[in-house]
Amino acid sequence: MRTEHDLGDAEPAPFGSPVAAEPMTIGLVEEAEPVARSQWQLFRRRFVKHRLAVIGSIVLILLIILCFGAKYFAFYDRNQQDLLLGPTSPSKAHWMGTDQLGRDTMTEILYAGQVSLKIGLAVALFSTLVGTVIGAAAGYFGKIVDQVLMRLTDLFLVVPAIAVLAVAIKGFGKLQFFADLGQTFVIIFVLAALGWMYIARIVRGQVLSLKEKEFVEAARASGASSWRIIFRHILPNCIGPILVNATLSIAAAIVTESTLSFLGFGIQPPATSWGNMLSSAEGNYNQNTHLLYFPGLMILLTVLCVNFFGDGLRDAFDPQAKH
Amino acid sequence: MLTYSLRRVLYSIPVLLIASFVLFAGVRATFDPTARLAQSRDPQVQIRERERLGLNDPLVVQYGNWLKNAVHGDFGQSATSREDVSKMISRAMGNTLQLIIIGAVVSVFIAIGIGVFSAVRQYSILDYLFTGLSYIGVAMPPFWFGLLAIEFFVVQHRWFLSVGLHTGDSSGFDLDYLKHLVLPVATLCVQIIASWSRYQRASMLDALSADYVRTARAKGVPRWKVVFKHALRNALIPFVTVVALDFGALFGGLIITETIFSIGGMGRLFYNAILVGDVYVVQAWMILVAVIIILFNLCADLIYGILDPRIRLA
Repeated sequence: MRTEHDLGDAEPAPFGSPVAAEPMTIGLVEEAEPVARSQWQLFRRRFVKHRLAVIGSIVLILLIILCFGAKYFAFYDRNQQDLLLGPTSPSKAHWMGTDQLGRDTMTEILYAGQVSLKIGLAVALFSTLVGTVIGAAAGYFGKIVDQVLMRLTDLFLVVPAIAVLAVAIKGFGKLQFFADLGQTFVIIFVLAALGWMYIARIVRGQVLSLKEKEFVEAARASGASSWRIIFRHILPNCIGPILVNATLSIAAAIVTESTLSFLGFGIQPPATSWGNMLSSAEGNYNQNTHLLYFPGLMILLTVLCVNFFGDGLRDAFDPQAKH
Repeated sequence: MLTYSLRRVLYSIPVLLIASFVLFAGVRATFDPTARLAQSRDPQVQIRERERLGLNDPLVVQYGNWLKNAVHGDFGQSATSREDVSKMISRAMGNTLQLIIIGAVVSVFIAIGIGVFSAVRQYSILDYLFTGLSYIGVAMPPFWFGLLAIEFFVVQHRWFLSVGLHTGDSSGFDLDYLKHLVLPVATLCVQIIASWSRYQRASMLDALSADYVRTARAKGVPRWKVVFKHALRNALIPFVTVVALDFGALFGGLIITETIFSIGGMGRLFYNAILVGDVYVVQAWMILVAVIIILFNLCADLIYGILDPRIRLA
């Protein structure tokens, strides 16, 4: 899960930077460069070259559409039981078989996917937003903010994440405010609240190197405020690493959620996620193994696709990056 | 070297103190050791118990008392079984140490092996195979791997065993022990081997394209010597950092592995303690694991200093 590790010190690509782009268009005569490509076109071409990334993003989009449109795509009603049928192996009528109550597994997997994907996407979104702002502040202002951030990350590195998350979900779940918002929200909140440090460190590294650049100095000289410099001049130049890590943190969040739910600390039944579908399938060895295979396969497929997508993004943003 | 080591040791003390206080406060805020007594008919029972356990003192005082006892090896009594927490932990530690030491050693060697091989034979069929496997290994939730392994190797083929580390009263190092050990260790390590081997491959590729490797080859040094002596030694430096950083993840993995394979170690101790809300066990566990991880990071820093003179001199 730390393939993104080496990005922290990588020289940021001048993607979308107005300073880098402008001299090119002014200096070149139209005829001299027959195929003029915009940054976006170059970016797209590099992304499409990474074939697995393209396949990954297509599968991912399909998965999202199928899961969130489960109401329309699922062949069966979610609660439709058939106790006489019981658990059956995959067949023409039930592509992924049925569970102990005779419910269609594929239907359940699509609905469970809503929860898993929602948690993955929301955690990535929130932890990236928080991490970016804090990391940028730490890198730009330095001193106390920086110290506090680095120590916080140190703290988090010395305890296994799963243990802290399990305790934190229990702790916050007890509070009335969070209990009212539902278990999914508590899990999103805790995963995001304890997961922003990593991205913050990366953004901090980027900002540290960018703030010495001339275009920042120029902005400062023309009287821009600190936050304007951060948001308008520095952060647009870190968009690559930020997006790549946001993508990869979707995968991390999905795996973490499934692990917590499997152990019984995450999503509680009757609500389902891929993780707790597996925990109810545990012990079903020898018979009904399809209950064991499919939810896990869905996690594997989603995480693989997200990681490929992230790899493609990285290649597209930073063509010099080595593998 | 001495100043460097000393500085690292001194730095880890405040980290440890702050970490343990934050954990202490967090666990205390989450679990109430007297929660069960709230249902008793006599409301005084809970009040007396709170007084006895010192739960009415300020948090800092409670932490101070706890720390004082902890330094002397006394972590209090379990809130549910009244057993000494230190006894529960030392019993669990035995199994855990076996898993974690064997797991770490196995992972390091396999990861280095795969990494070096893939780098030396870059773009060979096996390199592609390892790359594909590592993608799957990283993406696969370890607990699912464990479940599949039990299904395939224990239930269908009966090659290995999946409950505990020994059958019945047997103990010691024998075939039975090995049969019990393979799957938990594999479950614990699969993800880590996948990501470590990628690292080792990348840093080995870096090292192989370095100038000193070209020089060595130009001088006519045998190829195996170039790979293992010149390149590998330098490629191991970044690897050490990654291993140290991921060591905490191994402890997290224990919670999953020991739960799936019913091994009475630290991971299961923690899992059960959370389920019944046993504050003293959770607290002692977290802080003890933090100490172990910090000690391990310290070792890694020292190894790092030995491997790379630039770091200890900086």
